[in-house]
Amino acid sequence: MSSHSEIVASANGVSRIFRSKTGEVRALDNVSFTLSKGKTLALVGESGSGKTTAARILLGLDNPNSGIVEILGRVLGSLKHEEMRLLRREIQVVQQDPFSQLNRRHSVERIVSGPLMAFGVGDKESRRTQVIALLEAVGLEKEHLKRRPHELSGGQCQRVAIARALALDPKIVVLDEAVSALDVSVRAQVLNLLRKLQQERGLTYLFITHDLGVAHYMADEIAVMFRGRIVERGSREDVFENSRHHYTVGLLSSVPLATPTLSKAIRDQVQSLPSPGEGDACLYRTRCTVGLTREDCKSTSLVITQGTSTHSWLCHSPVQDSIPA
Amino acid sequence: MTKVLSVKNLSISVPSSQGRATVVDDLSFAIEAGKKVGLVGESGSGKSLTALALMRLIKSPVQIDAGQIFLGDRNVLSMDMQDFRHIRGNEISMIYQDPMSALNPIMRVGQQIVESIQLQSNATGRQARAIAVDHLASVGIPEPERRFDSYPFEMSGGMLQRVVIAIALSGEPKVLIADEATTALDVTTQDRVLTLIDKLAAERGLSVLLITHDLGVAAQFSDDILVMYAGKLVECGSVNQIFSQPVHPYTKALLDSRCDYTIDITKPIKSIAGQPPRPDNRPSGCVFSPRCEHAQPQCSASVPPLEFIQDRYTACFRAEDLFHIGQVN
Repeated sequence: MSSHSEIVASANGVSRIFRSKTGEVRALDNVSFTLSKGKTLALVGESGSGKTTAARILLGLDNPNSGIVEILGRVLGSLKHEEMRLLRREIQVVQQDPFSQLNRRHSVERIVSGPLMAFGVGDKESRRTQVIALLEAVGLEKEHLKRRPHELSGGQCQRVAIARALALDPKIVVLDEAVSALDVSVRAQVLNLLRKLQQERGLTYLFITHDLGVAHYMADEIAVMFRGRIVERGSREDVFENSRHHYTVGLLSSVPLATPTLSKAIRDQVQSLPSPGEGDACLYRTRCTVGLTREDCKSTSLVITQGTSTHSWLCHSPVQDSIPA
Repeated sequence: MTKVLSVKNLSISVPSSQGRATVVDDLSFAIEAGKKVGLVGESGSGKSLTALALMRLIKSPVQIDAGQIFLGDRNVLSMDMQDFRHIRGNEISMIYQDPMSALNPIMRVGQQIVESIQLQSNATGRQARAIAVDHLASVGIPEPERRFDSYPFEMSGGMLQRVVIAIALSGEPKVLIADEATTALDVTTQDRVLTLIDKLAAERGLSVLLITHDLGVAAQFSDDILVMYAGKLVECGSVNQIFSQPVHPYTKALLDSRCDYTIDITKPIKSIAGQPPRPDNRPSGCVFSPRCEHAQPQCSASVPPLEFIQDRYTACFRAEDLFHIGQVN
């Protein structure tokens, strides 16, 4: 984002294509983003937009077909096995389902000390001390050490997963829908915890979510994804208060707000969903009120428009006036 | 206004290590003709079991311990199961969270609508097909003739939920229960499906019970709101009263802990300390008292009754004084 913040990870022109008998899916299509130290980038979008594929590639769990991913100055894919292993200490993940991401046969102590054991950190005693400190940092107590996941609530499991992710003191944490499965009151607790931990430890977050409210609360920078492409990217203010892409506007106006008197200014106009036009330049065209009638949205390839130093979009005819949030 | 559906003193229990645990506790509410009622609460609050009880789908070991459910003037719970089968689908229908598992994966979607039409009438195959195509069109499925022959895996989640709605409405029921019916959908799809339910309800004078954990969905698509916590109805009233002037501390705390893009992000979200009690370990007195910042000794000593305070029903000993002190507003 801004030039004086230190960049800890970046994706540059990353594409990932899944091929099957029936054709190919561009899960990621020329996606670029950067993570700045101590900041949060939120990837938002609907299911199938490529958010999780982007996370998997950043974590080194999947390889792009093209493009370059750099983490702490090292290019993924060019590293030797041992170098990659060491790099994994610096980038950790918390997933969506509080229960399935934890081994249900292991105690909380075993789960949280897992990464420490994998890297041979300390002995059993010192690891226990470290685990207790981590549990306290995430709002759990010593008495939880011997519990197993089924004895914990969803929110507690998510705290255990966060403690495990922090065990090796990573620089980057990927949070893949990490609060989506939680109830409203518990989600608020976990979001507050994540903000506190970020401030205390200078963590960098890649926050993947379909929930715009959560992205708004957590992120410094937001990238809106649609069918494998980043269609708009900018600061929180850019994206929420000055949306330029029609999809972003549609997405924001679809969120039901818990204020009955605040009725929506704009509704997504297209009620029946036509199939995406094969070979259309803009993949949102068939759902877009502007794009449906414009020839260039169909035929002229899109290039990223850099509107301001922080705000960019992928659209031939962006929304002109600012939309009141 | 005529009450289409009324629930009186409904209690449901599940087995627990100490015998039985009450998961829906003395619940009473009513839905008037043509109204949409939002039932909100967190997981474990008893929302879904209430819905299942309305459809008489509660099976052992879960059981209904007490209460009555009236559809019009008939008590559904004391009815013969054989008789109730004529009511289920014809007078009260339900749609569920996951459309994929609500449909038969190896049967064409149109045929599944035909099946429910023929269960409820003696239409011939050809007539039923024509009606089914009409139903598909009325729930906004493009090219209904062609889509009739699709299999569920060929359709998206939003389209499948429309098919499920078409099936649920095929018997022209008076009451539709939507249990987290849009939770699994993307927000733009959710908006379309909810708008569709809204439109169909208005056209047909349908009463809707919208069960959701999403406060925004409840706020935008309901006339009245019921708030449940740990098996208890804690507050109910019109949507504006509940959302703009909540009286019960739980309702207020739930609204404060929401995270949509209109909240003040410079401060931490006001969350509720602790977590909801387990069914086998409900606190004495007011179920919310251990987590309530306004609790006083009487709150844990006895159970507050549901009382009419400030134009809505609420179960809180301190409702009146909290309202006046303005601490809750």
